[in-house]
Amino acid sequence: MKHRTFFWFTLPTALAMLVFIALPLASVIIQSVFTPHEAVLVESENCGPFGCTKTTVIDQDVSAALRASEPLGRFVGLDIYLDRGHLAVNEVAAAWRSSTSVGNFFAKLNNLPLYRAMAFTLTYTFTVTPFMLVFGFIIAVSVNSLNRYLKGMVIFFSLLPMIVSPLIGSLVLFWMVDSRGILGSFLQWIANDPALSVKASTGLTWVMLIVYGVWHAAPFSFIVFYAGLQTLPGELMESSQVDGANRWQQTIYIVLPHLMPLVTFVTLIQLMDNFRVFEPIVGFNSEAHATSLSWFIFNDLSGETRLLSSASASSVLTILGVAILLAPVLVRTWRDFKVKG
Amino acid sequence: MKLSQLVLAAAISVSAGSAFAAGCKIDGRVSIVGNEFPAIHAVVEGAKSCIGDEIKANLTADHQKINVAGMTSSPAEYTSALISNASIIALLNEDLIRPLDSLVEKYGQSLKPNQLIKINGKIMAVAFMVNAQHLVYRSDILAEAGVQPPKSYEEVLVAAKAIREQELMQYPIGGAYKAGWNLAQEFINMYLASGGEFFEPGSAKVSINNEKGLAALEMMKALSGYMNPDFLTHDSNATNAEFRAGNVAMMNMWGSRAATLTEIEGISEDVVHGFDISGPLIVGKSSVPASTLWWDGFTVAKNVSDADAEATFVAMITGISPDRLDKKTSSLAVWLIDGYKPTQKARGVSDAIDMETKPYPIKPYMGLLHTALGNELSDFMQGKEDAKSALADIVSAYNSAAREEGFLN
Repeated sequence: MKHRTFFWFTLPTALAMLVFIALPLASVIIQSVFTPHEAVLVESENCGPFGCTKTTVIDQDVSAALRASEPLGRFVGLDIYLDRGHLAVNEVAAAWRSSTSVGNFFAKLNNLPLYRAMAFTLTYTFTVTPFMLVFGFIIAVSVNSLNRYLKGMVIFFSLLPMIVSPLIGSLVLFWMVDSRGILGSFLQWIANDPALSVKASTGLTWVMLIVYGVWHAAPFSFIVFYAGLQTLPGELMESSQVDGANRWQQTIYIVLPHLMPLVTFVTLIQLMDNFRVFEPIVGFNSEAHATSLSWFIFNDLSGETRLLSSASASSVLTILGVAILLAPVLVRTWRDFKVKG
Repeated sequence: MKLSQLVLAAAISVSAGSAFAAGCKIDGRVSIVGNEFPAIHAVVEGAKSCIGDEIKANLTADHQKINVAGMTSSPAEYTSALISNASIIALLNEDLIRPLDSLVEKYGQSLKPNQLIKINGKIMAVAFMVNAQHLVYRSDILAEAGVQPPKSYEEVLVAAKAIREQELMQYPIGGAYKAGWNLAQEFINMYLASGGEFFEPGSAKVSINNEKGLAALEMMKALSGYMNPDFLTHDSNATNAEFRAGNVAMMNMWGSRAATLTEIEGISEDVVHGFDISGPLIVGKSSVPASTLWWDGFTVAKNVSDADAEATFVAMITGISPDRLDKKTSSLAVWLIDGYKPTQKARGVSDAIDMETKPYPIKPYMGLLHTALGNELSDFMQGKEDAKSALADIVSAYNSAAREEGFLN
């Protein structure tokens, strides 16, 4: 392609990427290194139905002047990234110095919000992703071998978990695992422990969230793999049959390699999605047991005082986390591309 | 101040509000954002009776997450935010609401002086109801267990023990202990009851890391031993559901929700007849109740035209006008509105006022402390750490947030 043609051809995409990806990214990064001005407080008397009290309020006139002169706020560099709510460098260093053993160090690390959230997020990501790949593949292969009159119906029902809005899906499961719910009572009966409560135990809450994650994401890999199966060359399967390959061998040596590019694709998307796990945490009310970076952002923005800088820093950390997670897969794809190219 | 005095003040002031409701006509945009509970619905319904222009309302439990954003733009999406003494902080901090002095002078004849919320001498909001948490209990279960209705949390523990030992209920205590806002609120109640101060005088330095803080936490832990093990996921709605289902004998509940607690269908006769209300509980020897007083009111956005602001004020005043009070609306809340007579269901909140419960503190940095409490208390409640380190965690979480917002250096 000529350079000129290439330029005009890619211009709309490049512009869209600039406006919708690069600019917001730059804005988030800028917001994360600036914080609001130091608050100018004045003594005031507040009166209401319960009488008058002396208290402090923000001096709006002075604050307005400050904001007008420096609209971005105070430049604080990486302070927000390093504070206790995020990377907590000082706290980690202190924990390291005062720890008696590695186990003790990790216990202290687990008391810091970011590291606790990462422990859950990474466990979630690295269990949900493989499970949903395997389940999606099994469902796809099974559905593909169904009678074609049944297929449409089965595909629709298999997709339901993905169609149902994540919040609703998690709420339904949340009610079912309640200690008075149908699943909760069933578990109590199995474990023969009437005091068993999924929601009161961190471990069981994690399991519940992971089960929900797999349930919700498996249809995505299923439908992608199912589409891939439609492009499987019939003659390949036939010739393998002639060679005496059984069903298992066909799946391992023909179907799987054929779907490999799709596996990479689904893995990429799902690593990204699962790292940003959010809805189930809200839906299952599991803030006490499991949090994630996305939940931090939500929490920072939903308090009475919104912590914009903190939320921006969490956003940037999320992006960095996703980039690190995806790096191996991307490197691999790039190498494959070079070999082919 | 006593509730009777509040009401008396109402009787003295002249009832001029009816002039509006008769033919409220507005000429400007009205868009309301606010919390979602029966009393708020009643107010907004009243405001919507105005004619002349469209009146929009967005009532949701998530109102705090959207009102700042929705009032920052100019012109603001919301011309009025319904707020409480806690949620007004964010609007004040961001300078998003306008002084109402001239509007009150022009249209506020039906308002009583104690409805006017004055911040630094200017009227920034108009309150229409008060609220507080207080005890809600099952008189039948307590009688069966042979205990008197408790007056203090210590007595609650004794009663709970008796109920459990007689196998009347496995988890007799209910509480909105959901990790986050609710759990933090319960700590604030307990800590205030022990006479604690949240901040060092005149500064944003938090001062909860002391004996009183420890005592408050230990009491919460002791209570949770008699709660459904899922208590960290129970907000007010879930706790009410537990009460309605007959699983709970005693709980600390909001007045605004307690009044209509047993008025929905499908509640067993035992619960409906056993349901009773009393004032807030005290802790230990202190006479300060473990509760906070709240008012709910309306504000008018700063970033709207004067015409819209006027229309909004007129519509809201109509919503809380004295002639809106009838048998049905009177039971919904403890109204500050002129002519309101407390119903039997308002006993809990009126006791809270009589017992000199402290109001929820209006401080620019209180919201940050509330959030830090909500995030850091759940480890302690699960037994993952002791009370001392929980308090230390809260202080460090608050400090990093307060530094970011410029309240601390």
